[in-house]
Amino acid sequence: MKAEPKRMGLALVLLAALTVPVLAGAARQPILDGYAAAAKAGDAAFAGFSAARGETLFQTKFAAGDAETPACTSCHTDNPGGTGRTRAGKDIAPMAVSKTPDRYTDREKVEKWFGRNCKGVLGRECTALEKGDFITFMASK
Amino acid sequence: MTWKTFALAATTTIGLAALGAGMSGVRADDDKGGKRVRPVTDQTVIEECGACHMVFQPAMLPARSWVAVMNGLADHFGENAALSDDKVRAITDYLVANAGDAGGRPNRMVSGIAPGEAPLRISDTPYWVREHRGEVRPGAFEDPRVKSKANCVACHRGAEMGSYDDD
Ligand code: HEC
Repeated sequence: MKAEPKRMGLALVLLAALTVPVLAGAARQPILDGYAAAAKAGDAAFAGFSAARGETLFQTKFAAGDAETPACTSCHTDNPGGTGRTRAGKDIAPMAVSKTPDRYTDREKVEKWFGRNCKGVLGRECTALEKGDFITFMASK
Repeated sequence: MTWKTFALAATTTIGLAALGAGMSGVRADDDKGGKRVRPVTDQTVIEECGACHMVFQPAMLPARSWVAVMNGLADHFGENAALSDDKVRAITDYLVANAGDAGGRPNRMVSGIAPGEAPLRISDTPYWVREHRGEVRPGAFEDPRVKSKANCVACHRGAEMGSYDDD
């Protein structure tokens, strides 16, 4: 009887640890589906997102937007699991889903940051294909 | 996280929230020696402004500066910080209502700013310059651990809670 609360607590912790990523994954899928539909509408030959292309987007020095941010890695570090830093010195939680499970689960937030950061790095909006590739890459990390 | 650390974290959060609520009545200009500024309590401001930098207290700039900052988010100190119109409006309202000259009574942090001027950076205000002159080692702001004059918490650990006592 004495051990019961402890065991219950452990069970709850395990349950929480297991359900958070599952729920987050469920919230991420519709966002990816939306990008897939848009990518397909733009190109009938669209055959799914690619983590490899997403990695290239993440690592490439475009230097086509703001002078101080030539690449995504300027703020997010070149390691998807690494803690990034803004120009104002504030930490940014890792972009890799394995490290920050609730990433890419809030459509409004995802769109806001793609909007800002793509303009700041590539000097233009990212395409639906690029957004889907990027999330696919980060979800694999 | 174990339940014990969760409970501890929750208690600390409640404690800090209570502290924040207690200080919200403190006017930025009525301190006597201790440097305390009313911290931000609005969740949208905390989330949106705090995503990139410390959540600066609105009492550190006059209303006209905040309006100028919020009208220029597409080029926010060289970065795109664009927000939806409704968020821009809500955040501007909060910043203006709590600005350093709210109610037509400029506090000590904004009273030195010329009437025709609307500085966009807190670190450009005469008060900020005076407070840091001589006291901060030259080059300290270029230290990679500090990185920017916007990174108050690098030295003032309690800055986000409105405490600048430690200088
Ligand atoms: C100027 C610094 C900076 C640059 C450059 C940058 N980011 Fe970010 N990014 C941020 C910050 C700050 C956040 C929000 C903080 C957070 O979510 O932890 C963020 C968040 C995001 C998010 C939202 C994540 C989520 O949780 O939903 C996405 C997507 C993103 N960035 C993609 C990119 C891509 C793609 C690039 C390169 C094209 C890039 N970023 C370049 C600073 C930057």
